[in-house]
Amino acid sequence: MSGIPHDHYEPKSGGAKWLESRLPVLSLVYNTLVIPTPKNLNWMWIWGVVLTFTLVLQIITGVVLVMHYTPQVDLAFASVEHIMRDVNAGHMIRYVHANGASLFFVAVYFHIFRGLYYGSYKAPREVTWIIGMLIYLLMMATGFLGYVLPWGQMSFHGTAVITGLFGAIPFIGESIQTWLLGASAVGQPALNRFFSLHYLLPFLIAGLVVVHIWAFHSTGNNNPTGVEVRRGSKEEAEKDTLPFWPYFVIKDLFALAVILVVFAAVVGFMPNYLGHPDNYLEANPLSTPSHIVPEWYFLPFYAILRAFTADVWAVQFANWISFGIIDAKFFGVLAMFGAIIVIALAPWLDTSTVRSGRYRPMFKWWFALLAIDFIVLMWAGAMPAEPPYSIIALTGATYWFAYFLVILPLLGVIERPTARPATIEEDFNAHYGKSTDKSAE
Amino acid sequence: MFRKLTLSAAVALGLSATAVGAAGEAHVEDFDFSFEGPFGSYDQMQLQRGLQIYTEVCAACHGLKYVAIRTLADEGGPALPEDQVRAYAARIEVVDADTGEFRPAIPADKFPASALAEAPDLSLIAKARAGFHGPYGTGLSQLINGMGGAEYIASLMAGYEEAPECAPADFPGSYNVAFANGGYPDECKDEDGHHTVPGSWIAMPQPLFGDDVEFADGHDADLHHVSQDIAAFLMWAAEPKLDARKEAGFLSVLFLILLSVLLYQTNKRLWAPHKAAAKKSS
Repeated sequence: MSGIPHDHYEPKSGGAKWLESRLPVLSLVYNTLVIPTPKNLNWMWIWGVVLTFTLVLQIITGVVLVMHYTPQVDLAFASVEHIMRDVNAGHMIRYVHANGASLFFVAVYFHIFRGLYYGSYKAPREVTWIIGMLIYLLMMATGFLGYVLPWGQMSFHGTAVITGLFGAIPFIGESIQTWLLGASAVGQPALNRFFSLHYLLPFLIAGLVVVHIWAFHSTGNNNPTGVEVRRGSKEEAEKDTLPFWPYFVIKDLFALAVILVVFAAVVGFMPNYLGHPDNYLEANPLSTPSHIVPEWYFLPFYAILRAFTADVWAVQFANWISFGIIDAKFFGVLAMFGAIIVIALAPWLDTSTVRSGRYRPMFKWWFALLAIDFIVLMWAGAMPAEPPYSIIALTGATYWFAYFLVILPLLGVIERPTARPATIEEDFNAHYGKSTDKSAE
Repeated sequence: MFRKLTLSAAVALGLSATAVGAAGEAHVEDFDFSFEGPFGSYDQMQLQRGLQIYTEVCAACHGLKYVAIRTLADEGGPALPEDQVRAYAARIEVVDADTGEFRPAIPADKFPASALAEAPDLSLIAKARAGFHGPYGTGLSQLINGMGGAEYIASLMAGYEEAPECAPADFPGSYNVAFANGGYPDECKDEDGHHTVPGSWIAMPQPLFGDDVEFADGHDADLHHVSQDIAAFLMWAAEPKLDARKEAGFLSVLFLILLSVLLYQTNKRLWAPHKAAAKKSS
């Protein structure tokens, strides 16, 4: 499977030979576990295992929750309380599931930004990157759908706002919104189908995760230097790599355990920290909460959505050139989806031939600014849409697009990269040679 | 670089979880409750006192429709003896789901819903309100002080004050310094529309005055104490498994720290020869 030369599985026992000749599952497992992995991977390469773990955690807790949940508008809220009060360990399972969504997004944002810094999206890993972005989109959909199910005030009015985004599409928007909701307003049809889709999408994610792993196992992992593993011979490749098992399995499990310490503390001691108090009020169509705030992981894109108001010249220009079809609301929706699409297009927008940001002196700073921008947008998204927050959000949104559409293409031309190590082995030796005892890294 | 960014991301996560402040300024006092902090747990006697206040005062208008009467006997709750719970239930009238007629409740029944349409159900009110979100709006104080739902309730109970002079005498509702979302007379705003007095006017008349109930354990029943007792009881009603959750959380954290240490040592030993070779070769 891998392009990097390594040992292949030879069945020894009679039983193994029998199975292997009928279904080569043993060699598949073997080849996956011993896959040669660059030995200089740093701690930013642990998020994939964290994400896989979280997906499994969410599916298992979710399946149990479904056994006790009722997707009916008059009973949904009460059935969640039934889980919290009467189901054995139901309160823990629900809090783990609700906070698990946050763990999922914390991990995915680190994972994505790691890819952006070390150029993991660049050839030949574009397909891995695109599939990753599809997974991220499905995660956002799943997170949103799941937040609707408790049928609290934020669930209900958040659904109205988010499906209203599709209503902003000219001409066909209202029909699309009605089609999504199954009715002209949020109600029983919406709850039923959101429940169905919230159960379905994680399995699509699981399928895409397999393809994602298959894709990068075909190209080999990227690594902090961005220098490829030598593939001339098995001996040469082994100087750059170590097998995934046990070296990276144990390393990743250690990182996972540390992350789970924090996760367990949040679930055990402050499980409602990332939730919104209003969602402990049952949905009431007649009373709208004063501030409708999405979950934290949507906030950067929510800020971009709201940033483009009718007084922004870009919006006015779009409005004029489209003969009034693109209004501020539709522009905001386009900007929000555009902000995600530009990440997906990074492999083609980045013109630099150097993969890793470590050897790109100018890129480093623009990248740091992008990461700060993401955090600022997250903060601005939680604030009311009024000055000074709206101006901060607009500045942040502008930089987001500028980074991908202007800075990435330009840097490749004007930047002079610094010297890269010739091999991964050289980087690894230099790292551990220079320090006397740097055991953790 | 990533280390720095990680740190700032963690800070931002806290900031973005900020609850947006209410319309006006309202004063919520930070009471010390026994159930705060990672090791806090409910005070059984306080919950029993709170139950008495709920029964004798609040239940006239409000309901607890998600709370089963039998849970009054639960560990980590008021922990009343079974026979007392049965006797308590028998004094409550509920509508039988099968016959549609009134009958005395049994422990398996839920508390009745609100008797007054405009009185909200109190089952989850302590979690549906966040009294504070500090420091600097990060909400991280939750770890030590909770969300402030109980503080909000206690402050509200003790927050009834004589209406300020700026308000017209016939302004509807009762003035409460801890209530943010009620009616507010224009006469009490300055020229910029800012409120000149804290709180607002709440529809609920003052329910507790102090010495409303007589506690069997002889505990003080002044307004300050009854406000805290009812708040603690409503926190339990909203989060009955708090004690069990914290215990599970504590055990998980302990176990995972141990696992982390073992994995750290395993990882260190596993990589040692390769790192030593790297040191030698460079």
